[in-house]
Amino acid sequence: MLLVLFCVVSITFFLIRLSPGGPFDSERKISPVIEHQLQIKYRLAGPLWRQYIDYWNDLLHGDLRISTKYRNRSVSEILAQTLPVTITLGSLAFLLALSCGIFIGALAATHANSRIDHAALLLVIVAISLPSFILGPLLILIFCVGLHWLPVGGWGTPLQLLLPAVTLAIPFMAVIAKLLRDSLCETFQEDFIRTARAKGLSETALVYSHALRIALLPVVSLSGPLAANLLTGSIVIETIFHIPGAGNFFINAILNRDGFLLCGAVIVYCALLVVFNFLVDLTYLVLDPRIRNNGENA
Amino acid sequence: MSLTPAIKNSLFLLIGVVFVLIITPTLFPKSYYEPTGLTYAPPSWQHPCGTDLNGRDLLYRILTGGQISILIGCCGAFISLFVGTTYGMIAGYRGGFLDSGMTRFIDILYSIPRLIFVLIFINAFNEHLQKTAHHFGYSWIVSSSRIIILILSLGLIEWLTMARIVRGQTLSLKERPYILAARVLGQNHLTILWRHLLPNLTGILLVYMTLSIPAVIIDEAFLSFLGLGVQAPQASLGSLLAEGASALNPLHSAWWTLLFPALLLFCILLLLHQLGNALRKIRLYPHVSY
Repeated sequence: MLLVLFCVVSITFFLIRLSPGGPFDSERKISPVIEHQLQIKYRLAGPLWRQYIDYWNDLLHGDLRISTKYRNRSVSEILAQTLPVTITLGSLAFLLALSCGIFIGALAATHANSRIDHAALLLVIVAISLPSFILGPLLILIFCVGLHWLPVGGWGTPLQLLLPAVTLAIPFMAVIAKLLRDSLCETFQEDFIRTARAKGLSETALVYSHALRIALLPVVSLSGPLAANLLTGSIVIETIFHIPGAGNFFINAILNRDGFLLCGAVIVYCALLVVFNFLVDLTYLVLDPRIRNNGENA
Repeated sequence: MSLTPAIKNSLFLLIGVVFVLIITPTLFPKSYYEPTGLTYAPPSWQHPCGTDLNGRDLLYRILTGGQISILIGCCGAFISLFVGTTYGMIAGYRGGFLDSGMTRFIDILYSIPRLIFVLIFINAFNEHLQKTAHHFGYSWIVSSSRIIILILSLGLIEWLTMARIVRGQTLSLKERPYILAARVLGQNHLTILWRHLLPNLTGILLVYMTLSIPAVIIDEAFLSFLGLGVQAPQASLGSLLAEGASALNPLHSAWWTLLFPALLLFCILLLLHQLGNALRKIRLYPHVSY
């Protein structure tokens, strides 16, 4: 996993440094002397490999360096302020998506081909077709501008949290529900379900303690990428709802070619995702005995 | 294999939408794609969807934007299908050291937020491509280099999901008895992959192909919404949405600039999802009685 982080830092660093345009490019031409001074201040002078090793040296000492755009603010300071907001929003949306998705998926699968199933399917397809940047402005249009029920944007109160979290969660909820419904339908055909039915288990216990365990596997394998998508999705949500999260700084860092801020944000995002993926792998082992035993037999 | 009414309907509507998107803009009189003096004119007979900030007819802009969105979606999805299936099947089937290496590689790519990946890709290669194309005299590449790069980079992003799903499916499929039987009968690995695993994967491949067209469209719209995708003067539905969202304010909201692009994008995505879903019902899991 450390290798993953190492590669990510290296790739990000070199891609940013090798793409045309530098952090000090502006409308006004600055003199070479001043530019050189700036480069020395932000430790961007010298050959590329030198800068790279220097950057690693700083990173290992826990220093994410200072931003080249927001002068005199360190990257770790900016991230410490904005990241809790993004994580709160993301985890809230993730829990919302997971719980609603599993519930709807299970409901649809147990009533396969009934009216409930069709209604759930319709709901799912509509929800998948409404990504956050369509849903967000439309919800604002309806609830904030049209009906004046909710505040347009901002951060702090639960009411302000409601709309962004729902907007972020709905497409992911639909993906989970759809996947779970299909994998549950397939699981119902397996032998162990027939056995469980034959021994007289109630339908509820059958679904929630036997079938769901296996049927959750595709959902679990998808939840890693889902978390990554939530992180990128929260960027657009933060832009729409004017939330002071890390996403705004991320976009600005790209536009301003603020290399160290971008690197810092990427490192933190990746660390989060690596830990999450590790948990997903563990969940795999816990859920499916077939995969668990495979290692012992080989 | 007979087509169910659901497939026929969504396919018919989808072809209809694509046909309208391709044909109608050419029928418009020339005055439609030139700015008029009216900024933010509400929908009227003259301009059915109103006009935008610069007084351009929104209907025309939406239709041409839809063309670009669908073009990027289809090409990107095809690239992702090809790369993802090959990668996922090899990783899942071989297993062991190669598999863990390849999975780790996917993990690394996953951990890079896609935005950065695409943006860097566009920035790093846009100028190179333009220069090369100019050198060889392909002027059509120069004018649409950004779209070409968007297609490539989005296709090269989307395959990650496809590969991961194919790998996971291959991993559990290869434990099934019929693979063991094939191996006992002495078939070589390539035959097993091609004759036994791929047919069993087609269902899920088809579903994810139909799902990855809208996924690429969504990604493209996402980038364009943030101003990092298709650039003016060209417009996609994403950048039109962004313009609409910025025109939204409590005092004087030009709701049509938001509503109509949103509606068209929603319809395209809805039809694609509907088609994928209907296709899946007859193709996927033939042993499951729905």
